[in-house]
Amino acid sequence: MEHEGTLSSPSQYIEHHLSFNTQGAEASFWTIHIDTIVMSIMLGLIAMGLIWMVAKKATAGVPSKAQAFVELIFDFVDDQVKNIFHGNRHTFIAPAALTVFVWVLVMNAMDFLPVDIMAAIYSFLGIHKWRSVPTSDVNTTFALALAVWFLMIYFGIKVKGLGGWVHELYSAPFGTKFWVWPFNFLFNLIEYVSKPLSHSLRLFGNMYAGEVIFLLLGLWAATGVSGLFFGALLGAGWSIFHILIVVLQAFIFMMLTVVYLAMAHEGH
Amino acid sequence: MNINFTLIAQAIAFAILIWFTVKFVWPPLLGAIEKRQKEIADGLAAAQEGKASLEIAEKKSAQSLGEAKQKAAEIISQAEKRASEILEDAKNQAKEEGDRIILGAKAEIDQEVNRAKETLRSQVSSLAIAGAEKILLKEIDKKAHSDMLNKLAKEL
Repeated sequence: MEHEGTLSSPSQYIEHHLSFNTQGAEASFWTIHIDTIVMSIMLGLIAMGLIWMVAKKATAGVPSKAQAFVELIFDFVDDQVKNIFHGNRHTFIAPAALTVFVWVLVMNAMDFLPVDIMAAIYSFLGIHKWRSVPTSDVNTTFALALAVWFLMIYFGIKVKGLGGWVHELYSAPFGTKFWVWPFNFLFNLIEYVSKPLSHSLRLFGNMYAGEVIFLLLGLWAATGVSGLFFGALLGAGWSIFHILIVVLQAFIFMMLTVVYLAMAHEGH
Repeated sequence: MNINFTLIAQAIAFAILIWFTVKFVWPPLLGAIEKRQKEIADGLAAAQEGKASLEIAEKKSAQSLGEAKQKAAEIISQAEKRASEILEDAKNQAKEEGDRIILGAKAEIDQEVNRAKETLRSQVSSLAIAGAEKILLKEIDKKAHSDMLNKLAKEL
């Protein structure tokens, strides 16, 4: 298999594992990461589809175990949204938060797949470049963060009106005196730029770093008996720690989504 | 990390996924959970109500039980009173009856005694006359002597 030959060269090994399955001209905007898109859509369909199948049969009586589990997630998300957003959350924000949480969670969870075994399976299927974790592609996290960003602006305008929203750009947070307008606007500009950046890069960074550490441990495991022992031990440790990171990052991403959308609903 | 068209594709996928959740996933779950919450609340309220009504019923039953006991005690005491009254009546009647019988018997005895006395008297007088006749063996003024003898018999 291809990557067995690359074990001797660490940089090749890592580069191999971190390169996307691209379609279209390299280094052009119209490039598409097939692996990211296929994995994310597949995971989204599976996760939300499973929840949908449970939701379709949801009963107000004694719930099945699957329904109880889905309700656990539902309640968890709903509780968080309820504490942050004080409007009618059921029309959009709470279901959006559920989508974000579940989708990001399952995409993050792909990090648990052992990189080399998955690479072997993929290459057995004739695919030589395939990254399993869509959230370690900055395109995915940026797409989510930008979508939330647009929703933020949409709700801001919808709730306050276009005039109100523009007025807020110039009058918050320092006041309505005309000589603080530039400072206000600068502040808001920075806020609007930093929000999607921090939102997306936090998730991307965590997942990408997690993947890189798995790769480094994999490299170490290839260096001999002690390397195998410690690589496996630390790999197991990192996997266990990664369970926390995967869930935590999904949770943080959802919370920030809710907070941003809730802030867009409230005047300063 | 190169930004490319993948971003737009992912954003579209995200939008569709959110729409799907808003439209198909969230409402039935929310409906089921809210309905169950309402049912549980109703059930708890009903249980509370049942408890309250049970308490009232217990109080009522205790009250009616007390009343019944009181009534029974009253009836028993009345019956006892009545029984003692009847007994007293019967005793009195029996006594009266006995007295009456005794009186009757006494009267009859008196009558009998008087009658015996009367008979005895008349027999004594006739015996005395006959004896005197036999003793004297002569004619006697029956009328004068019988008056005298009757007087004598009356003195007996």
